[in-house]
Amino acid sequence: MQLARVIGNVVATIKDPGLVGLTLLVLQPLSPDREAVGPALVAVDSVGAGAGEEVFFVRGREASLPFLPQRVPTDASVTGICDQWTTTSTSTGTAPQTPKHRGRRRP
Amino acid sequence: MRLARVIGTVVATRKHRKLEGAKLLLTQPVDAVGQPVGPAHLAVDAVGAGVGELVLLVLEGRAAGAALGRRGAPVDVAVVGIVDSTGLTIC
Repeated sequence: MQLARVIGNVVATIKDPGLVGLTLLVLQPLSPDREAVGPALVAVDSVGAGAGEEVFFVRGREASLPFLPQRVPTDASVTGICDQWTTTSTSTGTAPQTPKHRGRRRP
Repeated sequence: MRLARVIGTVVATRKHRKLEGAKLLLTQPVDAVGQPVGPAHLAVDAVGAGVGELVLLVLEGRAAGAALGRRGAPVDVAVVGIVDSTGLTIC
């Protein structure tokens, strides 16, 4: 899993039937010091995250597990919203104070 | 498996139900001489590791999920051991 910031969402009308009804978020992976690392990616939301929030996401085959028994063709899924994180390096993280929980929580 | 240093902890109230109760650790993979290699990973702790410790990290989904002991847990990285010594110069 990796830390990331939600920087947007994606709307796609034509998509695989397994993706219908799910929220697609654009994520910017973060280092523990909150610096952007690597390219942005699109992930399916499983917890109701919104733009500006700091989250963690899972990659690979396991990205489809949060949605079982529904079969979702994804290689990245948001599995948690960070309240805060602490590191031994320079920064101590706290999530933004005005999160927007627009999506509904999924099982 | 990889060697990694635990560099922090993450608190998340809202998370997937299969992750509830799991401890989340920020881990930085290191090379044979203890230098950071690649991006930090957020791992599920299966052994009770703490910040600053050198640990064994699995970076493959099935093994990571098995470490947590929950079928179908959306986990791709897990701490599965705490390194006592390596015979290298980093401990």
